[in-house]
Amino acid sequence: MVVEAGHFALALALGLSLIQFVVPLWGARANDPVLMTVAPAGALAVFACIAFAFLALTFAYLNSDFSVLNVYQNSHSAKPLIYKISGVWGNHEGSMLLWVLILALFGAVVAASRNSIPMRLQANTLAVQAAVTIAFLLFILTTSNPFTRVIPAPVEGQDLNPLLQDLGLAIHPPLLYIGYVGFSISFAFACAALIDGRIDAVWARIVRPWTLGAWAFLTLGIAMGSYWAYYELGWGGWWFWDPVENASLMPWLAGTALVHSTVVMEKRDALKVWTILLAILTFSLSLLGTFLVRSGVLTSVHSFAVDPERGTFILGILILFIGGSLALFAWRAPMLKQGGLFAPVSREGALVVNNLFLATACATVFIGTLYPLALEVLAGEKISVGAPFFNFTFLPLIVPLLLLIPLGQTLAWKRGNFLGTAQRLFAVFGISLLATMVLFAFTYGGPVAAPLGIGLGVYLVLGSLNEIVTRSWSMGTPLPVAWRKARGLPRSAWGTSIAHAGVGLTVIGIAATAWGVEALGTLKIGERLKGGDYEVRLERIIPRVEANYREDAAVLTVFSSGREIGTLETMKRLYVTRGMPTTEAGILTTGLGQVYASLGEVQADGSVGIRLYHKPLVLLIWIGALVMAAGGALSLTDRRLRIGAPARAKVAPPSAVPAE
Amino acid sequence: MVIWIILLAMTAAAVMAVLWPLSRQRNVGRQMDPDTLFYREQIAEIERDLGRGVLLASEAEAAKAEAGRRLLRAMGLPGGEAFAAVGEPALRRRRAASTLVLSIIPLLALATYEIYGSPQLLSQPPGARMQPPQQQAGNLDLLGAVAEIEAHLAKNPQDGRGWEVIAPVYLRMGRIDDAVKAYEAAVRYQSPDAVRLSNYGEALVLAKDGLISAEAQGAFEQAIKLDPSAPKAKFYLARAAVQDGQGEKARTILQSLLASSPADAPWVDAVRQELAALGAPQPEAAPAGAPQVGPEAIAGMVAGLASRLETQGGSAEEWTRLMRSYAVLGQRDKAADAARRAREALAQDTEALKTIDTMAQELKLTDAQP
Repeated sequence: MVVEAGHFALALALGLSLIQFVVPLWGARANDPVLMTVAPAGALAVFACIAFAFLALTFAYLNSDFSVLNVYQNSHSAKPLIYKISGVWGNHEGSMLLWVLILALFGAVVAASRNSIPMRLQANTLAVQAAVTIAFLLFILTTSNPFTRVIPAPVEGQDLNPLLQDLGLAIHPPLLYIGYVGFSISFAFACAALIDGRIDAVWARIVRPWTLGAWAFLTLGIAMGSYWAYYELGWGGWWFWDPVENASLMPWLAGTALVHSTVVMEKRDALKVWTILLAILTFSLSLLGTFLVRSGVLTSVHSFAVDPERGTFILGILILFIGGSLALFAWRAPMLKQGGLFAPVSREGALVVNNLFLATACATVFIGTLYPLALEVLAGEKISVGAPFFNFTFLPLIVPLLLLIPLGQTLAWKRGNFLGTAQRLFAVFGISLLATMVLFAFTYGGPVAAPLGIGLGVYLVLGSLNEIVTRSWSMGTPLPVAWRKARGLPRSAWGTSIAHAGVGLTVIGIAATAWGVEALGTLKIGERLKGGDYEVRLERIIPRVEANYREDAAVLTVFSSGREIGTLETMKRLYVTRGMPTTEAGILTTGLGQVYASLGEVQADGSVGIRLYHKPLVLLIWIGALVMAAGGALSLTDRRLRIGAPARAKVAPPSAVPAE
Repeated sequence: MVIWIILLAMTAAAVMAVLWPLSRQRNVGRQMDPDTLFYREQIAEIERDLGRGVLLASEAEAAKAEAGRRLLRAMGLPGGEAFAAVGEPALRRRRAASTLVLSIIPLLALATYEIYGSPQLLSQPPGARMQPPQQQAGNLDLLGAVAEIEAHLAKNPQDGRGWEVIAPVYLRMGRIDDAVKAYEAAVRYQSPDAVRLSNYGEALVLAKDGLISAEAQGAFEQAIKLDPSAPKAKFYLARAAVQDGQGEKARTILQSLLASSPADAPWVDAVRQELAALGAPQPEAAPAGAPQVGPEAIAGMVAGLASRLETQGGSAEEWTRLMRSYAVLGQRDKAADAARRAREALAQDTEALKTIDTMAQELKLTDAQP
């Protein structure tokens, strides 16, 4: 009964969305406030309906109601509770429902922030949002309905894909979806601005938190997904340039550009048309990502759905929204008022360069991801574009951008002084160069990329901190005063520095992978395998039986330069119901590095294949991402207006500053 | 019945949520122009920053001048016009919108639910659908038993006895791959004997639509080693010989099997059929025309192949295999039928049609000619 009510709630949400689409648009054209107030009411009602539907599905999972096809296919009564809950979105239908739930939630938040958004903008935005909701609700109801029943109900379910029975899955998709869908709000605001023909700093101020929030969540989602692939797939890699990963990287790159161009727009009333276009493109790339993952055009762990009907439907949605919004852009953008001017050497100028680099990098990933697909469709030829392509194209674009980050951050708004800025970064540059040379000398004969990359990372971290330091401290200032002044800096300034330092940490982590060591061996009990400075000894193999799987666990003792530093366990599991084997990597964290072992085949004579890696500083890759997201979140809490003081910034007098 | 009331209440609530703002008289006058407001706030912010010492006086001056310029420009813009909330047109708009709400939401929701939902489940009392009709009860019991055994096996994967029990059930349920695994486990965890090994081999054969793989042949040979008279193993080894093109060897095996079997053994007819197909002299003619059913497994295998070809199609070779199988089983009408279907399925492929025709002539299925 609950399930059927949930299904009906979804149908109601479709009707409500249609109203939320039609009536406010009409109201905005007629400038009728009564019709416009339908938008927030409708958005809240749609959210209530979809939330109810989602809860109904969760209820079916918790009760193992196998009369629901989706539950039967993806759950099992012996599954632990947490995976029963995460199983709701661990499959195609449920994850699409989560997608619209987040969409509706954001619509509801826009609806609830009634006083901070001009009425017409809100009405138009929610109408566009409703159009997206309608498309996805239709998609769910017609081709991926999670509420389809099977009668008579099977007694036992088929279990969730074992690869997905993991805590990572419980967190990864919601984070990623909040990111993807958060950009839909920026998109809706952009379309609303185009419909209304008004675009100004107010718009940028309203959109900024959405973009920033979506970006922070997407960052976390991608980092989480990368870490999940690292420990779950057992290959020891953390990024594979897999199309599914690229699908989330593209909106991230475009979103990063958007975050920066929105700042220019809010502070300086410039780059308006570009920002609008970027908002449209970012969400289009999110939709493209959804299409790539959901349609099954790619074959990878993420493609649960291999169903041409669904693919065609999402392709339709894709064409409708991207084509529609770009057409709207082409029609209305020339009518928009152009913004302020600025000198090429200025913070704005640096951000334009940032946008150019990011957009080009994004285009590179786009080509690398879609070209093989297009080729396969048109010529029937199967090629695979992998790491070499991206290393040759993506890296040369990203490295100069990284070099420019501290420079851009230091430049003044409107008109900057390049030499003055470079001087302020002189010390930072010197220290980084020194660090590179010292590292190079110590690891002479090793890979050259590692010291260079680490030098770059150090430069980024120091350059970011330098910004805070030079704004609060100058020669001769007593430290407590400088500290007070630093604390008095706007949180957005801190957020910027922290996020950029996070980029530096990630770069260090990535560069250090060049020092990684890999060893392969077949071990009998008591035998040892050496990888770099680390060595493992196979202690024993324990067979275990758990509720829904059985496993062979290899216990390894880890030695570092002959000294025992701990044990780790790596498992080969067999999920009985699906008859599917998985590998669980064993990881021992030593500082920021990790010793990583994964278990191969168990041979007839009792020996086992072991793959051993030592990855120095590898954790920095994800810590960096966390720091980036934290910087974004910090900046998000700063609700003050952004002011881009146009004169060249000098060091302010050391006066006491009240904390903000 | 209760559910319909709930659905009705949900619809009413949804409609009301949207009708409510439409029915309210709003007192909206001229809204402050958001642009003007923004720049005023920005100027106030600059003052505050100046007070806190975050901005220098010169910086603040420049920033304020710029914001002031923008404010002036914004104030000169059209916009912030009075809302059209009163008067005859507004009332008409409101009525039209209400009608839209009252019609679209219930109609669209009900229509969508009617198409994709399962309202027939709701007309039964909640408890009723938990008790399936009589004919499904047996099926349900079986599924329950399977689930129980599976749960037991998940905990005790080395219980060969359990695997042996569940294997034939899997086979009957059509889960042939699972059956193979189960038989394999049964062989592994129990003392291997001829029957277990033959069953394992048979499951392997079924999984390959009748093809006897090296793995299956190994199982049968091992069974023969343990029990030289194992009938099932012999039967399939003869098949394997046929598939290898060694008709003579197959004949020898089958004849020795026939000789060593009691006359009323269930497999005798099948063995005779097989021999007939090989064109061997038979000690005793099989009753002609009578429907012949071989061992359950063969019938099942042929049926599996037939349904697969039916649903997914197949090559000419597979179709001829099906025709021959029916002919061997004595089901000539079915064989003719298979030939007809094969011609339909492979109509575009002249090469394939030739193969089918040759086989049909070989099997003397002349009545099946188009």
